Amino acid sequence: MDKQSFDIVIVGGGPGGYVAAIRAAQLGLKTAVVEAKHLGGICLNWGCIPTKALLRSAEIFHYMKHAKDYGLKADNVGFDLEAIVKRSRGVSAQLNKGVGHLLKKNKVTVFDGWGKLSGGKEGARTLTVEKDGKIFAELTAPHIVLATGARARQLPGLEVDGKFVWSYMEALVPTDVPKSLLVIGSGAIGIEFASFFRTLGSEVTVVEVMDRVLPVEDEDISAFAKKSFEKQGMKILTKATVKGLKKGSNTVTALVEQDGKTVEITVDRVISAVGIVGNVENIGLEGTKVKVDRTHVVIDAYGRTDEPGIYAIGDLAGPPWLAHKAEHEGVVCVEKIAGVKGVHPLDISKIPGCTYCHPQVASVGMTEAKAKAAGYQVKVGKFPFIGNGKAIALGEPEGLVKTVFDAKTGELLGAHMVGAEVTELIQGYAITRSMEGTEEDLFHTVFPHPTLSEMMHESALDAFGRVIHM
Amino acid sequence: MPIEILMPALSPTMTEGTLSNWLVKEGDTITSGMVLAEIETDKATMEVEAVEEGKLGKILIPAGTEGVAVNTPIAILLEEGEDASAIGSAKPAASPAPAAAPAAPAAQPALAPAAAPAPAAASANRVIASPLAKRMAANDGLDLTGIAGSGPHGRIVKRDVEAALASGGAKPAPAAKPAEAPAAPKAAAAAPAPVAAMKGLTLDDPIIQMLPPFDAVPNSSMRKIIAKRLTESARDIPHFNLQMDVEIDALLALRKQLNERPGADYKLSVNDLVIKATALALTRVPDANVAYTDGAILKFERVDMAMAVAIEGGLITPIIKDCASKGLATISKEAKELAGKAREGKLKPEEYQGGTFSISNLGMFGIKGFTSIINPPQGAILSVGAGEERAVVKKGALAIANVMTLNLAVDHRCIDGAVGAAFLKELKGLIEDPITLML
Repeated sequence: MDKQSFDIVIVGGGPGGYVAAIRAAQLGLKTAVVEAKHLGGICLNWGCIPTKALLRSAEIFHYMKHAKDYGLKADNVGFDLEAIVKRSRGVSAQLNKGVGHLLKKNKVTVFDGWGKLSGGKEGARTLTVEKDGKIFAELTAPHIVLATGARARQLPGLEVDGKFVWSYMEALVPTDVPKSLLVIGSGAIGIEFASFFRTLGSEVTVVEVMDRVLPVEDEDISAFAKKSFEKQGMKILTKATVKGLKKGSNTVTALVEQDGKTVEITVDRVISAVGIVGNVENIGLEGTKVKVDRTHVVIDAYGRTDEPGIYAIGDLAGPPWLAHKAEHEGVVCVEKIAGVKGVHPLDISKIPGCTYCHPQVASVGMTEAKAKAAGYQVKVGKFPFIGNGKAIALGEPEGLVKTVFDAKTGELLGAHMVGAEVTELIQGYAITRSMEGTEEDLFHTVFPHPTLSEMMHESALDAFGRVIHM
Repeated sequence: MPIEILMPALSPTMTEGTLSNWLVKEGDTITSGMVLAEIETDKATMEVEAVEEGKLGKILIPAGTEGVAVNTPIAILLEEGEDASAIGSAKPAASPAPAAAPAAPAAQPALAPAAAPAPAAASANRVIASPLAKRMAANDGLDLTGIAGSGPHGRIVKRDVEAALASGGAKPAPAAKPAEAPAAPKAAAAAPAPVAAMKGLTLDDPIIQMLPPFDAVPNSSMRKIIAKRLTESARDIPHFNLQMDVEIDALLALRKQLNERPGADYKLSVNDLVIKATALALTRVPDANVAYTDGAILKFERVDMAMAVAIEGGLITPIIKDCASKGLATISKEAKELAGKAREGKLKPEEYQGGTFSISNLGMFGIKGFTSIINPPQGAILSVGAGEERAVVKKGALAIANVMTLNLAVDHRCIDGAVGAAFLKELKGLIEDPITLML
């Protein structure tokens, strides 16, 4: 048995875990990462990254089909799904290797196996690492950070079977484009797959239990996105629930209840995207003081659990379930452990969120409704893509940039966008929030012309009655 | 045309010096021969006198700047009829006496006024805060100097402003013209100079680990305000203390007499009578009814008496406004009402903020005498001990009298010993011959 001691051991090599490990190593801590499957975690292997690769293919396909709009000729446009998937897997594989290299470069020891807490007292935690049923290593460290992530939530009756009912895993490596597809859940994951398969020709129906799609986004953005999706031929059923599935020989019939009526929708495939659950099982939490609340580990502002020396970050530790949240949480946790001065908890109101459907959706901070509910007197600015020169030149005239300011202090409470490339634009507002800029800072910032970013300026101006191009 | 005042050469060998002190400030009228500033060389400290007349438009080199080269413009003098907008077109003056070095305007075009201040001195005064923090501070009249920043590079960010506002301890921004607003006690709040944030023992201090088991009761916002303001007061205000015994037999007799009048709908306490006497004494010695600010001593036109009231979890000082002009029955009634409201936590801010003088009475606990910490921005606080029978010597013989010990804590920046003593003497006279309270 390989027995080693470290200053810090991180369980899970996803975006939260490997970034925390690199930061720990930078701070001079002897660091190990234990990863059971693949470095980079879901994000890099089965989430953020491979879906972006698929959606890029879909986007280019979409442009090729609309080549005429740009004065171009592209006849007999088609696609090779196998090649699209192969490219996506290749992107993941490349980045997976990259993470391994980064860890090595930072002298982080990687253990390929399943990490499990095995007791020990504060000051000397132990963790076993198991591979193929055999425990091959025992690691000791005063600090152990759990970053085991999450997996797709399974609803009773809608369980993923790998054939008719897919999770994101199956949806990432399809062998055929289903002729018809039912997507349950209109959060980021559901909508991205809906968008991908719709672009490749599937008849897509999205069922959402809330009253709007992308329910965490601002209501104006949800409404705008819904219209766009419907224009592309998606069917959207809101305030609707899937009561059950009847599986046939090669199709599946969903019982969908909406407004008290139940309708049957028969499709080739179903994608279940109804949220996630934390990976809290079989990691040795039993017998520790670590508290688990509905599959997520309860932590304080610095990732500390109730058990001294045990920490949790990322999806395991609760929402928002975003790779960049996990990364920052990991850094905050590790810096606190290392005694770095001036460490502050992550402020989730400063974490942007991006959805890579067509049109893209991105936001940071509070929606207008939430700001009002929080008691703010708000000033709201809206600027449509149709008023922006670059958007017209790109052939992307559909979209909206909405800003919500506190009327009293000028604080940018939230920013919400839908349209081309907004996922690349949102960081401008994220910086504004992070640096605590006010409307004046946005007024005085020079946005280059012609860019889509000019709309960020105009939206802020509009909130204070000073919009120029509208 | 505005005139540049240049760094003089105070000796034939001097090439640079320290501008140690400005004796005039921007906006001051300058007459020829006036001493403008003190310059320190390696040899001596010398004064710079004005050669020209006018108004001091702008100080370019702040006091305390070292290594100021001879002939560097140090200030701009505006001639009659010019305003600050003319500063940019300044021309060097003939060097102030006793400079011998010739002015060399053509050689120094780069020394534009804006570039002149020494960077080190400038940045020392600059408040580094996020735009939002600045806006919030401006909205709530909060002075950011003295607030510790927790953001990157010590920048003051939203959470720091929120914490300062929540603790209630941060000082309001200085009023623009405190000297011109003596009637407004609030202007006095600008008095304390900016200070570094207070540092106390924290729970993670190792010494705490050595203590026996305890229950850590989180500090209430009142506790935080008491801690902050009284720490500032004890640290920043030069306190001194005057003590005097007063005989209160006559006062007790008067109280009895008044309370026993037929139809009396009041019940005067000794404290009510002491409040009235103190207010009257302050009107007779108005120099003791003052507050110190860096710019001016504020002499209040009336006595707003703050009385310390112990309440659950702390204390508060409700105020009897214009106390000297009120009758005993009114004072007694107001004092009772305010103390009641204070204990119920129902005081409005205007009922406990803005007093000009404080009284603290611990006589009911049998405390013989004690001293208090001044409640800023006030200039003094009277501590009243228990009235008790004591042996006194009268005309060479022992006698028994009811005696009370008074202590006056004084801010020496605005009240000197003789003034404090004159006030106590006046107060003693009023208490020992209380019929004069009726005058």
